[in-house]
Amino acid sequence: MQESRFGLSSGRADVPDIRPCGDSGLLLEMGNAGDVLGAYSALAASVPPGVTDLVPAQCTILVTYDLHTTTADAVASWLRSTPPTASDAPDGSVVEIPVTYDGEDLAEVAAAAGTTVEEVVRLHSTAGYRAAFCGFAPGFAYLTGLPSQLHLPRRPTPRTRVPAGAVAIAGEYSAVYPGASPGGWHLLGTSTAAMWDLSRDPPGLVQPGDSVRFVVAR
Amino acid sequence: MIEVVHVAGLVTVQDSGRPGYGRWGVSPSGAADRSSHLLGARLVGNDGCAATLELTLGEVTLVAHERHIVAVTGAPAPITLDGAPMPSLRPLVLQPGHELRVGRATHGLRTYVSVAGGVDVPRILGSRSTDTLSGIGPPRPQVGDVLAVGAPTGRPVWDVDLPAEPHLGLAGSLAVRPGPRADWFEPQALRVLTGSDYEVTPDSNRVGARLHGPALVRRVSRELPPEGIVRGAVQVPAGGEPLVFLADHPVTGGYPVIGVLAPSDVDRLAQRRPGDVVRFRLVTGG
Repeated sequence: MQESRFGLSSGRADVPDIRPCGDSGLLLEMGNAGDVLGAYSALAASVPPGVTDLVPAQCTILVTYDLHTTTADAVASWLRSTPPTASDAPDGSVVEIPVTYDGEDLAEVAAAAGTTVEEVVRLHSTAGYRAAFCGFAPGFAYLTGLPSQLHLPRRPTPRTRVPAGAVAIAGEYSAVYPGASPGGWHLLGTSTAAMWDLSRDPPGLVQPGDSVRFVVAR
Repeated sequence: MIEVVHVAGLVTVQDSGRPGYGRWGVSPSGAADRSSHLLGARLVGNDGCAATLELTLGEVTLVAHERHIVAVTGAPAPITLDGAPMPSLRPLVLQPGHELRVGRATHGLRTYVSVAGGVDVPRILGSRSTDTLSGIGPPRPQVGDVLAVGAPTGRPVWDVDLPAEPHLGLAGSLAVRPGPRADWFEPQALRVLTGSDYEVTPDSNRVGARLHGPALVRRVSRELPPEGIVRGAVQVPAGGEPLVFLADHPVTGGYPVIGVLAPSDVDRLAQRRPGDVVRFRLVTGG
């Protein structure tokens, strides 16, 4: 049981906890990872004055607010009284990302999944994905919907440099690296899609809640 | 316009940051010591949105191309105007051709140079701040750069009588509230955090102040899925020694946050140098 300014948590997996996060933040923890998107959609559609950001993550949504405009109690009551959007009713855009399946780790992934490279490509490029949250770097969207045969732990030793546009998988997620960076994900291919472009509004190609499909580039 | 004729150490352009883009993976960034940035803005008649230069144990020499009002706040540093010593914490008039030299801070860590109208580099996502973690924002000023200055929007505060160190608070303890994962630690961990000396380590930067001191022991050992973090979050990585996130913190982190500092105390921490000892005090309730 977690004691907080907002009372005792239920300890139940199906009821979200609200955890304090300093003078101007609350962390909403969902019982199930799958509940984050529905709650995020509903909250993003009803942001009250004074709430400055919503940061969805794997099992939580961080809510930050301006103490001069609202209070922790008002924000907590908004969080409690906002029913989540049904998770089977995506309200974001649909984004198609072209992929050339030429990744360095294709053969390793196929071996780990006990299948062929062709099957890895087929599985990855026919699944329907949704962007659950962004993190790691601006425009890096964690996409859920990866077929379970392709769920693999991260590489034991991260690469010091993964190129921009790398299409990769790790755990239950797929992603496209928006810029070159170190990374421990398995590389399946490359995309020419500009995932993060500051001259665009919004700069990110994929926002939390969006549906994503990978399309084999010809 | 102001020309940069000398620069040393870490000098960046900073304003009040770009809050509100965490959902895209973008950190708030902005001045590490907000209070000092805002004081400088007030002295020269700016609002907080105007950009200042943040010197982290840095030096800068600027030559005015026009008449400008400037002020130096934050960590005390030697200031000269065409060679003559000048005070900090008050507006100074730079005539065309005048050379303003701001040296390395004598104590504290971050010095702010504000100019009436603000340093006018292009805004990115609403802010002129350089985010050292993601690389978003203007490049660091270099020798030979001529920085545009915006049109002044307010009046300088000429009539000031500020104490020499009104806000750095280099001696006091820092207020910490129990954080979102305080219950992931042994019950005595918060008492260890608030009852021990922690030393700021040399690998501290605008992302976070890393601390050396007694380890904080976890009760819940399972991995924490990455979750959103705030400026001032006291995160405890695997080794058990805490770090406190500053302006350029990552948007999410995968280690539990045991406490969160009060915003004004994040400013105070941002002025502590590597080697300085910090102490925390626990604050609970409204």
